[in-house]
Amino acid sequence: MKLNNLNIKEARKGLENKDFSSLDLTKACLDQIKKLEGKLNAFVTITEKEALKQAEAADELISSGQDLPLLGIPIAIKDNFSTLGIKTTASSKVLDSYIPPYDATVVKKLKDAGMVLLGKTNMDAWAHGSSTETSDFGPTRNPWNINHLPGGSSGGSAAAVAADEVIAAIGSETAGSIRQPASWCGVVGLKPTYGRVSRYGVIAMGSSLDSPGPITKTVEDSALILEVLAGKDEKDATTSPLPVGNYSQKLNKNMKELKVGISKEYFVNSIDKEVQGEIERAIKKLERFGAKIENIKLFDPKYAIDVYTIIQRSEVSSNLARYDGIRYGNGRDYFKDEAKRRIVFGTYALSSGYYDQYYNKAQQVRTVIINDFNKAFEKVDVIIAPTSPSLALPVGATKDAAMFGEIADVLVEPSSIAGLAGINIPVGFSKSGLPIGMQIIGPQFSEELVLSVAYEYEKLTQNEEWRKLKPNL
Amino acid sequence: MKYKAVIGLEVHVELKTNSKMFCACSAEYFGQKPNTHTCPVCLGLPGALPVPNKTAIEWCVMLGMALGCDIPQFSKFDRKNYFYPDLPKGYQISQYDKPFCVNGNITLQNGKRIGITRVHMEEDTAKLTHQFGTQNSKFKIQKDENYSLIDFNRSGVPLVEIVTEPDFDNAKDVIDYLKKLQQIVRYLGVSNADMEKGDMRLEPNISLRKNAEKELPKYKVEVKNINSFSFVEKAINYEIKRQTEVLEKKGTPVQETRGWNQAKQKTVTQRVKEEASDYRYFPEPDIPPIRWTKSQISNLKSQIGELPEEKFKRFERDYVLSNYDAEILTRGIALADYFEEAVDLGKKHGLSAKQVANQIINKKVDTYKILPAQLILEIIKLTAKEDIDRDELRKIVKEVLEKNPKIRNDYKAGKKNVLQFAIGQVLSTVGKKIDTKELVKIIMEELR
Repeated sequence: MKLNNLNIKEARKGLENKDFSSLDLTKACLDQIKKLEGKLNAFVTITEKEALKQAEAADELISSGQDLPLLGIPIAIKDNFSTLGIKTTASSKVLDSYIPPYDATVVKKLKDAGMVLLGKTNMDAWAHGSSTETSDFGPTRNPWNINHLPGGSSGGSAAAVAADEVIAAIGSETAGSIRQPASWCGVVGLKPTYGRVSRYGVIAMGSSLDSPGPITKTVEDSALILEVLAGKDEKDATTSPLPVGNYSQKLNKNMKELKVGISKEYFVNSIDKEVQGEIERAIKKLERFGAKIENIKLFDPKYAIDVYTIIQRSEVSSNLARYDGIRYGNGRDYFKDEAKRRIVFGTYALSSGYYDQYYNKAQQVRTVIINDFNKAFEKVDVIIAPTSPSLALPVGATKDAAMFGEIADVLVEPSSIAGLAGINIPVGFSKSGLPIGMQIIGPQFSEELVLSVAYEYEKLTQNEEWRKLKPNL
Repeated sequence: MKYKAVIGLEVHVELKTNSKMFCACSAEYFGQKPNTHTCPVCLGLPGALPVPNKTAIEWCVMLGMALGCDIPQFSKFDRKNYFYPDLPKGYQISQYDKPFCVNGNITLQNGKRIGITRVHMEEDTAKLTHQFGTQNSKFKIQKDENYSLIDFNRSGVPLVEIVTEPDFDNAKDVIDYLKKLQQIVRYLGVSNADMEKGDMRLEPNISLRKNAEKELPKYKVEVKNINSFSFVEKAINYEIKRQTEVLEKKGTPVQETRGWNQAKQKTVTQRVKEEASDYRYFPEPDIPPIRWTKSQISNLKSQIGELPEEKFKRFERDYVLSNYDAEILTRGIALADYFEEAVDLGKKHGLSAKQVANQIINKKVDTYKILPAQLILEIIKLTAKEDIDRDELRKIVKEVLEKNPKIRNDYKAGKKNVLQFAIGQVLSTVGKKIDTKELVKIIMEELR
């Protein structure tokens, strides 16, 4: 058994039983990283020295009987989370040499929970994209087929988890940046409700949308990490004071009590037929497990594209203003085309005379979309849909496609702009061997429900043949 | 004069909260070592987020209330986007269309009411110091080029902006308004309003219209960042003169921002605005909007103590003071409190409020050094009369009249003033404080 193939639950058990040490586990991950990074490029920074030190410290704590939720577990974090003393670039050369003097709240919480930090993962520069192809440090490749993209923007985190370079990883989603790469890489990706997990220290993309969350091998691991990350943060005024659930303890759900909503608007014309087929089969299975499937009618997700694009780019144009060349080493000329396009677009949308027409109008439509979901959740508990309309696309697909991200993420944008909880879970593979993901969307702060539905599905399909597949690298 | 001035005013007041507006750093920056009160938030580092200072917001609302403003139930922060090296985020967190306080006013000494459009909350910027390479070798850069230093201690210090309607037409009224505003701010204890430390920064905008005209002029000249009342007065008067000259020559003054140059005693062009700046305001997504409940508002209202005008009226009424005395004694809360304490103590010794007021005002008592109880003792000592034997006094009067026959002659000639001289002569012979009423009686008897 290769230790790096373990999930958090298995690794914790092994550490507790002294079957192996955190140092063994960490070294196994570092070996895998060394073996695969040349092919995958999932990392911007590998913190080998620090990781080994942290692993040794964790081992001491373990032997002294300490029990922390992630003690000794090697984890990678997306490169837009500030890490004290460790270069944090958001995959942009603008921040090529920026070393934060502080930890993001998420990082601090993971450290307090005993994690071993393996490194910082690659992403679309500034999280602008859904491919990880716009990284200034080169694209990340999909472990299932290195000629394909991992999705993004948390593509490095998703690829690292799928390739067993790490036990788990952290990503962030503005609209799709956790769920879509998780779908393309065949792993579990949870986008918590906006305000459930602190944004403090996360390099801002769309401030009214950004939601940090876990990318893991199993749903249970996802719940475990969310327990660590979630909660009110004194340093983020938009976090919710609602109590944090015992997500990992409450994963069982009686499927017979579950009402699942399906909206045909989410099975868009352009959807890949294999994706559609796999999701329909998954829905049938849910029905067989006892869930009640109900057809509902949501707004066509295409409306969300405009709303999302305007709000996100407006916020981006303001959020990137601080990289003016005075403080972070490199100047504005280090911004690449995608960031420049977004800055220009957002600046225009916020300009006097256009504000009402664009930003304000988008916020109004956002409210309409929120109400649309609220109405749907009066009838059903969760909504199920494909996460991405396509399989992982080949490397190079985003060239000359300025709106690539917005279109690739059409099925996750409505729930993102409504700030809902959502999760991607793998449900199978295409004939070509690329993963297919399904998303489960719940109301705001319904993480417990969303996770338990995902968990039940995962459990009830545990023995399906495709689950035994591993990337061939 | 053919033209009438139209003047409005923007005043920035720095609050004296312990911590900054959006982080826990100390808000004290004056005289501090540069860049010692900073953190990721006020440095605007990637990922840092603002968390609003509750006390600062409450003080802003209380100031608004003291200025007679309405407090809308819904308010929010906005981003004001612009580039400047002292603004590390590339935007200032301010308030745009939903300020905390609207529609207030201040009544001037002369009874004129100045409308207050809005009172809103924002953050201060960092402080730039422009240096030249040769001045300080420690920071010298290549080829001794000019350079600037940035001190982020001031970055994020809470700032309240008070904007008036263009209701002024002369500099004197502006000064009166500023004094009143400063007094209210100090009464509330929300700022020291110390001009020298930059706690209050003043920006008058001035334009002229023909006397008969009712509409606002089509241009506006702003004079930025003045830190003294007298400079404001000079700047306004200078602008009125300058703009009059332009208009007389059939020109229109340029819409621009000017600065006051104290050395040259004139305003100078800083920036000519060809069009209105576009700050691309939008709601600050990092801070949820504020919704006040009625009880929160009434609770804040109840925390406002007696304001200058109420105190002034009460002093006039309850202590039977002159307008002049009441005004002086209510200029600051400390002096007013001192006076009231002294009056209370004085009452036990039969001293009137007026006597206490006279002592404080006329003797310019140092209220920091002399306790109210000491003050009362001094007044008692000053007014105490010593007893003197009537016969002995009469003897002295007779002596004085004999020595100075002029007194009797003048008195008989109708020159009553000579009595004062007689009293003085007697008193200096007696050498102690005595009841002058009794003395006058005796002198009159002897002169008869």
